[in-house]
Amino acid sequence: MADGYNKPIPIPQPESDNYWEGTKAGELRLRHCDDCNQAYFYPRNICPECGNNNTSWIVASGNAKIHTFAIVHRPPHPGFMDDIPYVPAIVELEEGPKMATQIVNVEADPSKISIDMAVKVVFESITDEISLPKFEPA
Amino acid sequence: MPVMDKLKAVSGTAAIVGVAESDQIGRTPDKGPLELHAEAGRNALADAGIDKSEVDGVFTAGYSTYDVAEYLGITPHFTDSTSVGGSSFVIHIAHAIAAIQAGYCEVALITHGQTGRSDRARAGGNPGLPSAQYEVPYGIIGPPVAYSLAANRYMHQYGEDRTREAMANIAVSTRKWANMNEKAFFYDTPMSFDEYHDSRWISWPFHLPDCCLVTDAGAAIVITSAERAKSTRKGAVSILGAAEGHDHGILHQMPDLTRTWGRHSGPQALEMAGVTHDDLDLAMIYDSFTYTVLATLESLGFCGPGDGPDFVADQRTAPGGDFPLNTSGGGLSYTHPGMYGIFTVVEAVRQLRGETGQRQLDDCKLAMAHGTGGLLSSTGTVILGRD
Ligand SMILES: [Zn+2]
Repeated sequence: MADGYNKPIPIPQPESDNYWEGTKAGELRLRHCDDCNQAYFYPRNICPECGNNNTSWIVASGNAKIHTFAIVHRPPHPGFMDDIPYVPAIVELEEGPKMATQIVNVEADPSKISIDMAVKVVFESITDEISLPKFEPA
Repeated sequence: MPVMDKLKAVSGTAAIVGVAESDQIGRTPDKGPLELHAEAGRNALADAGIDKSEVDGVFTAGYSTYDVAEYLGITPHFTDSTSVGGSSFVIHIAHAIAAIQAGYCEVALITHGQTGRSDRARAGGNPGLPSAQYEVPYGIIGPPVAYSLAANRYMHQYGEDRTREAMANIAVSTRKWANMNEKAFFYDTPMSFDEYHDSRWISWPFHLPDCCLVTDAGAAIVITSAERAKSTRKGAVSILGAAEGHDHGILHQMPDLTRTWGRHSGPQALEMAGVTHDDLDLAMIYDSFTYTVLATLESLGFCGPGDGPDFVADQRTAPGGDFPLNTSGGGLSYTHPGMYGIFTVVEAVRQLRGETGQRQLDDCKLAMAHGTGGLLSSTGTVILGRD
């Protein structure tokens, strides 16, 4: 656990326990609808496409491309004061779904990051229970 | 799906008869949010010439209706605390039409009040909400970060330079309107294009002037039947069209970061009113950010996807331009306490009544007021008219 981590920490919920156990184990686990035969995000037991609950879990490859990003200069929360400028993003996973994340291990400069850039998942351990999936240039 | 024949049948059957802000807006460190609700409600009823004892429908967001009604000593027979962000108060107008038409109430009071400037404490958030697990931990907290993510996608699709120029045009034209509104936060503060481009980054691609104000303010609206409106102090501003909806809650679930639900609520409200874009004399479009205006104009159908930068070019939306937009100075330069939508309606009604002094439009007969709420999530559109 990173000492003095003072940013908001996710609290796993009944539908997301497996997701957060996965990230702690180094896996990005996605819900999958076995009727639609497609993955979706975020984890919930009922498929948002067809409304059925014939759903399971799959492990994502971790490969994605950047759908959009921003570069935050004024922290919206005191916990991010030491992180600015940081790069929140939405990425499109190889399996189809989009998820929100941060792009890391890259200079926070709009000339160094681009939409559609290939990225891959990395897991940042923030507490004994929680690792956050973030993405870095592939 | 909405049944257009039924909607057309109720077009114009209800009217706005009172609008007001709280006694002061901008900075009110000595007042709480409910007090601003109550002041605005009291002022709007005075504007209408209606006693609070006649109010039988109460609508609000942020608080529950019982908080507002208890403060004001009102005991409504119809209550609606629909809370879907800053568009809520525009959406309440559609609900008021429905309630009045169905016979649930006769006089509807919609109130708003927030102290966004004086009360800077952020709510801890409900850990059961998806945002708490899937967006907030990444610093996607609050509207500037979320909306800047959407704006960069737009830039990627439609060109960075022309998007930047469009955002500058919107910021500067809106400031010019604010410089004509003595209630505006930036009434005495002009802004040039150079000042816009030289300002600091908040969340790239947003400069500071791309982002709305954070103020204290309240506002309220009184609605009654068209029949009853005839005997009110200032008469009727007819509600000709009203529509609403949403297509996501948190940002990464938005189907298309460049298109809002306005693509449905705009055309629906216009069709209900039996008018077209070209018939409108004024557009009041929620400007939480410059980008919100750009995406919303396109979604509402004023121009095609990606054509917004051409639509707002050359200060066309500024005083003297041929597309008057956000004549109060908007959320960018007049006031924005958090959920600004109700203020689009207040200004539209005042323009239709001819009450806006030096910024008054000539012959303003038909206006659109449009709210956006959440993270580009929900919209409400109304079409208002005056004979
Ligand atoms: Zn399905």
